[in-house]
Amino acid sequence: MALLSPEEYLKKQIASVQEYSILTGTAIADIFTRPRYWADIFTQMDSIGVGSMPIIVLTGFFTGCVLALQSVTALQEFGAVSMTGSLVSLSMVKELGPVLTGLMVSGRNAAGMASELGSMKVTEQIDAMRALGTDPVRKLVTPRLVATVFMLFFLTIVADAFGIAGGALVAIYLLGLNGATYLHDSYRGLVYGDVVQGLTKPLFSGFIIATVGCYFGMKTSGGTQGVGRATTQAVVVSSVFIIVVDLLVTRAMIGIFGS
Amino acid sequence: MGEAISRAGAATMEEHDDETPVVEFRDVSIRFEEKPVLHRISFAVERGQTLILLGPAGCGKSVLLKLANGLLMPDSGEIRIFGEEITTMRQDDLYALRAHIGMVFQESALFDSIDVEDNVAYRLHEERVPEDEAHNRVVEALKFVGLADAIKKFPPELSGGMRRRVSIARAIINNPDLILYDSPTGGLDPITSTTIIELVMKQRDVEHTTSIVVTHRLQDAFTLATHRYDAEKGMAPIAKDGPERGTDAGTKFMMLNEGGIVFHGTTEELVHSTDPWIKEFIS
Repeated sequence: MALLSPEEYLKKQIASVQEYSILTGTAIADIFTRPRYWADIFTQMDSIGVGSMPIIVLTGFFTGCVLALQSVTALQEFGAVSMTGSLVSLSMVKELGPVLTGLMVSGRNAAGMASELGSMKVTEQIDAMRALGTDPVRKLVTPRLVATVFMLFFLTIVADAFGIAGGALVAIYLLGLNGATYLHDSYRGLVYGDVVQGLTKPLFSGFIIATVGCYFGMKTSGGTQGVGRATTQAVVVSSVFIIVVDLLVTRAMIGIFGS
Repeated sequence: MGEAISRAGAATMEEHDDETPVVEFRDVSIRFEEKPVLHRISFAVERGQTLILLGPAGCGKSVLLKLANGLLMPDSGEIRIFGEEITTMRQDDLYALRAHIGMVFQESALFDSIDVEDNVAYRLHEERVPEDEAHNRVVEALKFVGLADAIKKFPPELSGGMRRRVSIARAIINNPDLILYDSPTGGLDPITSTTIIELVMKQRDVEHTTSIVVTHRLQDAFTLATHRYDAEKGMAPIAKDGPERGTDAGTKFMMLNEGGIVFHGTTEELVHSTDPWIKEFIS
């Protein structure tokens, strides 16, 4: 790869931000105008939502299990083992559920979108679509954006639920805690602000996964090697964005609802 | 959107008459990352004409075709399609205009995830054509290219030649007023190439569709210029002692080299050119 001067590098980065903004803006604007590709939206919902269920269930469940196991050691020192349920549910709902779901779906779907659209780009299928009178952003990007934002919201709820269930299993069968107390404690530990915070994050993560995945897919060049590069970049960039935006949303939510 | 396409398309078609060139480039230039690809290109393709575009690899033939379809925008100059200036056209109007342009891509560019029927009917589905009518038109188009049996197959199941024929069927499904062929015989064996050229010829002589054919195979270009499609005999040579003196009058040649036009004229003029570069290229 040729070395770029700082000026050229900066120009390239600014141009990328501009391209990303235009793509994102167009994809959002296309939601509100016709034609809408409902069949594509439902297909993507199935692929992103239903297709991601197994990994989300497993990730959520085992994260809840390990969270309960790890936290009990620390809680024992303060004689607060009964707080395990509250700790698990708060951690899952506010932080781990949304972030892990985002990262898992990013690994699965941002990569999928980048490779699918990237392959279409390098085999001129995107050009063919335009030549046939179809706007590829409307047909390919908008359905993925709508489907990812919508489905990630529900996938996060599933991850939270299985996380709390995993924590309960460990607490009851390994740590010998009372099941009813654990669940009651889990419920009592959560307040309105926690739930809102936990369910706001997947909306941002979904947006990042779809737009970043599609952006890298749509700008793919350089044959099959380019498709591989686009896929890697999509996963790396969307994962980092998810974590950075998680921090920003958390800070904003603390500002709105307090700690 | 179907209605919008029809409306905008109809308006476009009504506005131009038979005298207006179907394709017109005026001083068109384009460069990629500071490398000039086409420099001040000007030419016109009249209604019913077939323009064969020749030139060495990388001289900008495919770029020119993409410019003609608005898939690329020039850095300077004007491009008029059906008399409409497309470089300043709104994207939506451009999509509507493309309803009248068919394009066959170099590597076919079929959609891998849908079957042949859906590929060929893609434009019809976008225009919300009723399913029965779309199916009948797909069957008709596939019969035209001799692939009626492949209707339920998926693109990866087809050979290179079959993919190219499906691509032609997809391009002609709504009887376009202009067809752009980007190396339709590229990478194919001579027998399959001849089949594809016969289809291009059939479209030219049966439907009289204006077309631009990019090719780097001289034998295909000259077959197209010296033969005519006959419903009974298929591809037949044009009589040398007839009024057309062995070549199709509506088929012209244009040669590109280093971003510029080095030749634009009839088959006869090309063959008798004294330019050393052209002579070497066609020898």
